[in-house]
Amino acid sequence: MIVRVSTEGQYELGEQDKAEFDELDNAAVASCQGEDEAAFHASFDKLLEFVRSHGKRVEGDDLRGSDVILPPPDVSIDEARAEFSGEGLIPG
Amino acid sequence: MPGLSGRMSTVVKSKISRLLDKAEDPSETLDYSYQKQIELLQNVKKGIADVVTSKKRLQLQEEKLKQQMVKLDTQARQALAAGQEDLARTALERKNVIQTELQSLDAQIAQLEQQQEQMTDSEQKLRAKLEQFRSKKEVIKAQYSAAEAQVKISEAATGVGEEMADVGLAMQRAMDKTENMKARADAVQELEAAGTFDDLTSLDSGGQDDIDRQLAQLSSSSEVDSDLARMKAELASGQPSSAGELGAGAGSDGESATATEAPAAADAPAPEESGQ
Repeated sequence: MIVRVSTEGQYELGEQDKAEFDELDNAAVASCQGEDEAAFHASFDKLLEFVRSHGKRVEGDDLRGSDVILPPPDVSIDEARAEFSGEGLIPG
Repeated sequence: MPGLSGRMSTVVKSKISRLLDKAEDPSETLDYSYQKQIELLQNVKKGIADVVTSKKRLQLQEEKLKQQMVKLDTQARQALAAGQEDLARTALERKNVIQTELQSLDAQIAQLEQQQEQMTDSEQKLRAKLEQFRSKKEVIKAQYSAAEAQVKISEAATGVGEEMADVGLAMQRAMDKTENMKARADAVQELEAAGTFDDLTSLDSGGQDDIDRQLAQLSSSSEVDSDLARMKAELASGQPSSAGELGAGAGSDGESATATEAPAAADAPAPEESGQ
């Protein structure tokens, strides 16, 4: 599974990491529904850290697309919420 | 419930497929995205130049403020030596405001530096994908039938398209931040124009004006008080202590003078004797 951390790059995760990835991903979404920026970042950073530590960097000349794409590391809780509710970070 | 990544992936992918759908045959897909890539790379270059300009501007401001700080510190000492404590206090209050401003400038310059690095990195990654895409295209064309080649090339183009979307996003975010920095630099310039950082030579006979009263409220008086106390102590003892980093100029001269005398008196005779 290839995961892209927006503005940072792609990482390749093994199948065995998928369950934990999904769990952390869901936790990040749950926390962005609240108003607590710090709590959101704590859970989002955990997800990013998991991807960086368990994933292998995809080389620059690799043309494979990503299976999943994460928001940029500096995303704010408002942006994350908007992303989730439909107004993306990526314009038109 | 789909995760954060699910939503983002859908948005990016639909954007890429819209981009690629514009072309019907593989070579058009390639040419279209190739042209897009060139445009994007040019934009990244412009973006990097913009970030560097903003950084330089903040660095210049920082330099100016540092000089002003040294000047105010000296003036505070002079005022205190002349028994004008009010004047010394005003100078220290201004110095205090500058100090706070410098801290935030430091943080912003570091942030711009990080942005510059990230954009340079993005540019390199996009270039690498572009090169790979170009060489792969020829291989695919030679190996597959036209219909199969179209599928394969579209797959490869998706990878490049994703990189392009990502560089686009990185650029947009970097530009937004740079805009904020520019606003910040403008704000500092306005404060400067309003005389917030002026030294005392511009004050009418040391009188207090509106800015001074505001400054007195802004700056932490305890810090000013301790600065004042330190300077008083230095005056009383007749020589500056090493406490003030900005006062170190005068202090270190004195210290270095005694430091060079000491070895000459104590240590020097030994090597001289062994030399003879």
